[in-house]
Amino acid sequence: MEFTFYLSGAIAVAATLMVITGLNAVHALLYLIVSLLAVAIVFYVLGAPFAAALEVIIYAGAIMVLFVFVMMMLNLGKAAAAREQDWLTPGIWAGPAVLASLLLAELGYIFAQGGTAAGAVAVTAKEVGIALFGPYLLGVELASLLLLAGLVGACHLGRHEDVHHGWDEDERHENG
Amino acid sequence: MLSLLWLIPTLPLAGFLVLALSGKYLGRRSIAVIGTSSVALSALIAILIGIDFIAAPPPGFVFRQEAWTWIAVAGFSPGIGFYLDALSLVMILVVTVISFLIHLYSTEFMSGDDGYARFFAYMNLFVGSMCILVLADNLLFLYLGWEGVGLCSYLLIGFWYRDSGNGRAARKAFIVTRVGDTAMALGVFLLFTHLGTLDIQSLMQRVTQQWPEGSELAILAAGLLLGGAVGKSAQLPLQIWLPDAMAGPTPVSALMHAATMVTAGVYLIARTHVLFSLAPPVQLAVAVIGALTLLLAGFSALAQKDIKRVLAYSTISQIGYMFLALGVGAWSAAIFHLMTHAFFKALLFLSAGVVIMTLHEEHDIFRMGGLRKKLPVAFWTFLIGSASLAALPLVTAGFYSKDLILWQTWSSQGGNPWLWAAGCGGAILTGLYIFRVVFLVFFGEARAAAPPDTRRPGLRITIPLIVLAAFSIVGGWIETPPFLGHLTLFSDFVQHALPPAQVVHDGKNDETVLELLAIAASLGSIALAYLLFLRYPAFLHGLMLIPELARIRKFWHFGWGFDRFYEFLFVRPYIWLAYADRNDVVDNIYKMAISFTLRWLQKVDRHDVIDYIYSGLAELCLFLYRALSATQSGQVRRYAAAIAAGSISIIFIGIFA
Amino acid sequence: MAGMKMSAMRTAEAVAAIPMHHGLVLAAVLFALGLIGILVRRNLIFILMSIEIMLNAAGLAFVVAGARWEQADGQVMLIFILAVAAVEVSVGLALLLLLHRRFQTLDADAVSKMRG
Repeated sequence: MEFTFYLSGAIAVAATLMVITGLNAVHALLYLIVSLLAVAIVFYVLGAPFAAALEVIIYAGAIMVLFVFVMMMLNLGKAAAAREQDWLTPGIWAGPAVLASLLLAELGYIFAQGGTAAGAVAVTAKEVGIALFGPYLLGVELASLLLLAGLVGACHLGRHEDVHHGWDEDERHENG
Repeated sequence: MLSLLWLIPTLPLAGFLVLALSGKYLGRRSIAVIGTSSVALSALIAILIGIDFIAAPPPGFVFRQEAWTWIAVAGFSPGIGFYLDALSLVMILVVTVISFLIHLYSTEFMSGDDGYARFFAYMNLFVGSMCILVLADNLLFLYLGWEGVGLCSYLLIGFWYRDSGNGRAARKAFIVTRVGDTAMALGVFLLFTHLGTLDIQSLMQRVTQQWPEGSELAILAAGLLLGGAVGKSAQLPLQIWLPDAMAGPTPVSALMHAATMVTAGVYLIARTHVLFSLAPPVQLAVAVIGALTLLLAGFSALAQKDIKRVLAYSTISQIGYMFLALGVGAWSAAIFHLMTHAFFKALLFLSAGVVIMTLHEEHDIFRMGGLRKKLPVAFWTFLIGSASLAALPLVTAGFYSKDLILWQTWSSQGGNPWLWAAGCGGAILTGLYIFRVVFLVFFGEARAAAPPDTRRPGLRITIPLIVLAAFSIVGGWIETPPFLGHLTLFSDFVQHALPPAQVVHDGKNDETVLELLAIAASLGSIALAYLLFLRYPAFLHGLMLIPELARIRKFWHFGWGFDRFYEFLFVRPYIWLAYADRNDVVDNIYKMAISFTLRWLQKVDRHDVIDYIYSGLAELCLFLYRALSATQSGQVRRYAAAIAAGSISIIFIGIFA
Repeated sequence: MAGMKMSAMRTAEAVAAIPMHHGLVLAAVLFALGLIGILVRRNLIFILMSIEIMLNAAGLAFVVAGARWEQADGQVMLIFILAVAAVEVSVGLALLLLLHRRFQTLDADAVSKMRG
């Protein structure tokens, strides 16, 4: 079982690398799904089967489908990949890589302090449910409110308006 | 019945919410109905509760109702709770009943005003806040009502906000009372840190257990609370806001002076009387402040031209009487006077409002006169109110309450003859200034610039006047001095909440003599007013020709120069500082240093090296400007990088520091 | 107390015991990769995906910690993170569509005109 953890962890890291370096958005999205599935397996290994299921169903399923839909609507072609190629010059990686490795070093330093085993025991969906609808009930309500707000916001932003009514016109209006 | 207690503050607050949220869509009629009925219902409930309370007193003469816990943080859990005892019952009755009458009056008085809904919304909020203040069982909840009252006074004084003078008066009231409120907040903090609770009753218990009489903490806490009371009740040295508060509509003045706001300070001291009796110096200060204020305000009232300002100074002076009573430990006398004062002061303001309205917003008493025949209702009610204020013997409520105060100022433990003499002098002044107004406004020949309005006040104005006039007469008969039957209904009742005054100079003969002196003062002052202002006005005019006397009069007219004094002491320096500090103190120091150095350098060296340094400086500034503006590129990713770098450095500090 | 009792009951179905810091290191690596993604990519879709990666890494850290103490709280937090992610994606994608409609581009730098 331990082996599964390290294997899926490695897959997750590799797939994520492919996501952030990929040129084609659809391919990157597929890699992202792979990464999420790998993380789901990690969850399972750690004794969180319910979280694993949610990760697959909601994250890798529902949320990623949203991305797919949007990409369909955008209809990105070969030109997009070429532009990505232009944008991703080698020099651009240096700064972020330094930042991220600093962060990793710091986090690694913290984690090196203690080492206790995790995931020896499974925490079942029942317990999660009891916790969720017991002490965390307020959080659930807030999350539902947040989802509603997101729904309303997305509806509002996604309204189809006149394309020609752009910002330039707004600006002119403000200045005039 | 008692369980309906929570409705008393809730109804006016609900009325406020309805009016504030939907006032735009309501007709005048429904606005008036909502605004008045909410207060009427709460007055009705207060009366029913009062009957219930007296008929079948709850155990210990105390009824508590806990609505819910407001907040609960680390052992600190003030509740939204109501506390009803004899003291708060008297207060709540006075507040709600008088507020109801004033609301009824306002429905007609304000009928021509554009802000009808706004007016009633604020008034309801005012009454609701005052009910919270009175019924609160802990100091934090009381403070909520306290600040609510302050807010409403600001809103209502500046009700006609289009006139900048009104806004100025409102700001003045708000800022001056804020000085007191800050002191009070500090006092509350002090009590909480040392005694660990804000519940007033347990606070009072712990105070007696933990602080010996005259201990420094008790003095400090009582002094800070006194600061709040002084600010709210417009006593020396924070009395300056009340005369200017006349900028608001007349019903607002009536509400503020009679039922809400200014009585809050008296109530606070009575509520925390245990604390005050543990701090004798502070209690003495209360009495001295009261005595000084009642004299100073009485003199100022004598020199006013504006009818409402006379009444304002008279309120300050009467509250001074209440403070005097509180200071000598005559708690129930203070509350008794608070009650009768509420009756006759509301009456005086409301009938003055009728006069002002009839004369087209004329406030100057020297342009009134001869209104006795034209406005019979206003005349008789104003006369009754004035008589009550001047403590006309036997028939008026003010007589019984004021004489009780005077007697206890003499006889009680904290009292002394000097305070009594001040009170007596104040009584003479009271009769003089209020009957000056009566004689100038209602007697003599008409001096109005324009002919008075022919409209006569309707029922909604007349009824409150008559009811209040009746109260101003009979309100005192529940407590009479020994030689007049010795009824003690009021003090017997209030005794359940407030201890009786500690009488040290007992003696029926003394009391009778003093009462007779007080009666003589009151009657004499009215007679003097008659002689000076109606019979021989030429004498006074002659006196005013003496420049010294005219100057004194002017000094009194401007309230003993307190405004100018504060202007010089606080306002001017503050404004000067604000101007001086327009950029920053540091900026100015640098600016001065740089200009000084520059001048010196110019003397030493006119060109060359120094020039390079300065152009270098300019370049450096330009470079820094470019560097800084580069950070505001508008590129999200840069911002994200900055956030990440910041987080990373914070984690770094967290780990290694 | 109740948790301890339960864990005693559950020892039978024990699964793999992985040192906690290994799980946390995995989360940290994923988080750092997501951070790099955000900083490097100019395409808004990739930025959104990187944000997803970072959110997911945070959820992973929560689950690891939850597994360490054998409590459900970690998974509860993951569920909240899922909700936040869902909202963020829906609003983010709607914004992205809007931008694409107005500017015909997905370049994050192109919107620097807003001077946010």
